[in-house]
Amino acid sequence: MKDTKLWTLHLFAGIAVLFLLGLHMAIMHLDEIISLFNPKGEEAISWENVLERMKMIGFVFVYIFLLGFALYHGLYGLNKIIGETNIKEGTRKFWAYFFAIFGFLLFIIGTYAAIAAKIVSVKF
Amino acid sequence: MENIQFIIRRFSPEKDEKPYWQVYNIPFEEGKTVLDCLHYIKREIDSTLSFRFSCRMGVCGSCAMLIQGRARLACNTQVVELKSKRITIAPLPNFETIRDLVPDLKPMFERHKYIKPNIQRDDLKEIEDLEKEFYQSEEELQEYLQFSYCIRCGACMAACPTMATDRKYLGPMPLAQSYRYNNDTRDGGSKIRHNLVDIPSGIFSCHMGSECSVVCPKGVDPAKAIQLMKREMVFSFLKLLKKKKPCGLYEEKKERKRREGIPEPPPKTV
Amino acid sequence: MSDKYYDNHLGVKGWAVGGRYSIERYLYTLHRITGLGILFYFILHIFVTSTRIFGPESWMKAMDSVSGPLFRLGEFLVYFAFCFHGLNGIRLILLELGFLVGKPIEPVYPYKTSIGKQRPIMIILMLISAFFIILGGYDFFLGGE
Repeated sequence: MKDTKLWTLHLFAGIAVLFLLGLHMAIMHLDEIISLFNPKGEEAISWENVLERMKMIGFVFVYIFLLGFALYHGLYGLNKIIGETNIKEGTRKFWAYFFAIFGFLLFIIGTYAAIAAKIVSVKF
Repeated sequence: MENIQFIIRRFSPEKDEKPYWQVYNIPFEEGKTVLDCLHYIKREIDSTLSFRFSCRMGVCGSCAMLIQGRARLACNTQVVELKSKRITIAPLPNFETIRDLVPDLKPMFERHKYIKPNIQRDDLKEIEDLEKEFYQSEEELQEYLQFSYCIRCGACMAACPTMATDRKYLGPMPLAQSYRYNNDTRDGGSKIRHNLVDIPSGIFSCHMGSECSVVCPKGVDPAKAIQLMKREMVFSFLKLLKKKKPCGLYEEKKERKRREGIPEPPPKTV
Repeated sequence: MSDKYYDNHLGVKGWAVGGRYSIERYLYTLHRITGLGILFYFILHIFVTSTRIFGPESWMKAMDSVSGPLFRLGEFLVYFAFCFHGLNGIRLILLELGFLVGKPIEPVYPYKTSIGKQRPIMIILMLISAFFIILGGYDFFLGGE
């Protein structure tokens, strides 16, 4: 049942990403219409607003979960697309392992950044 | 009588490296099917044109081809319904072409065989030494009847985007047939088939392009069968599905009494 | 008979062209393209936004390097891709878990398929997606600085 497991997780990750990325998109790109989590004015990417969000512990979790689910959902999809291009079994396995390792490394980098941002936010 | 133009893709393995298009002008009569026109071309214009056909009435599934960019049965397609005087015909894509409009359907049949398209039961005695029939209600029959109308013409395989690139992909027809047998109450092979289709180029390579159901000339709706099978597999993985036992033999109720005046049925043959 | 068959597999172009398809087949293609676009952007985004841990100067520098009109357009395309991919994804999840396809029916000509059954939901979701894209477009291009 290997593919059933992976695919079910792909679906659940997709649903999670929809909500978390939806929140992120609403904060960043509907900032002039609804101005969500932007206490220092409408510009969502201004340092003041970014700092405010860095200080909130909730955002650390939002970013880590979003990172994990989005990486899994996206890289599973990409792996599936590459696997469908009539490549040899060995090459297909290579890409599957490559994406697993690549995704894990990106997850470590992103998680580090999310936690470090919370820690260093007190300095600014 | 007005003429219509048939633009047909030709390929002869003996002399051609790749296919080319050939134009035929033929007289148009209302009521003609595309297969009738191909017969006319072969009989009157070019006897070298090859195409596969058999029943002429949408039952055998031999004459599926790409007509005006969509996989259809040539015998089931009226020229008039195409609403054009220029009709383009090519062999079914996503198969190898043997000659002209004749695709090699062997890989499809091999995959069909792979998913075990027959009743699987542990109690072999009931299959090999059958004394009575298996009991199946009308409602249970309706659960899979739609998918059993498949004529293996290959139209769905030609329309499937995954089939375009993945040579190992099982394809809409075998996957739909897999669900057809899983959903047959006489069958007990769901688990075997789940394992057979749960492979990298298996059921989860269907991404609901939906076109297989649109082109199916028999209304089989392979996309529906595949999605229902995915549901079955996911729910079974999440332990949300009740395990089903294959149905038993038909047992006649002894207490039933024949009403007066009703004649006796003819003697049983099985 | 010669066994030199002609390989008539459509290849990658068969994902989008190679036939006259219905709208859902093109949504499949767009879903794939938008997914790849979002993923590519997302990987870059992880690195760009990580610069915030080095303080305001690094953050402003990183934001300045991606603030040109081309980047702005690219960012809008990602927003567009998310709106489409997300809402079409809802349709796909419902379909692929068998909720929108209906029960098996007796095929009587003219055949009714599961594609027709999900079409109203598809139209509604695409309209919602268009609404969010227009809303975001206003914020991106017409909203104040």
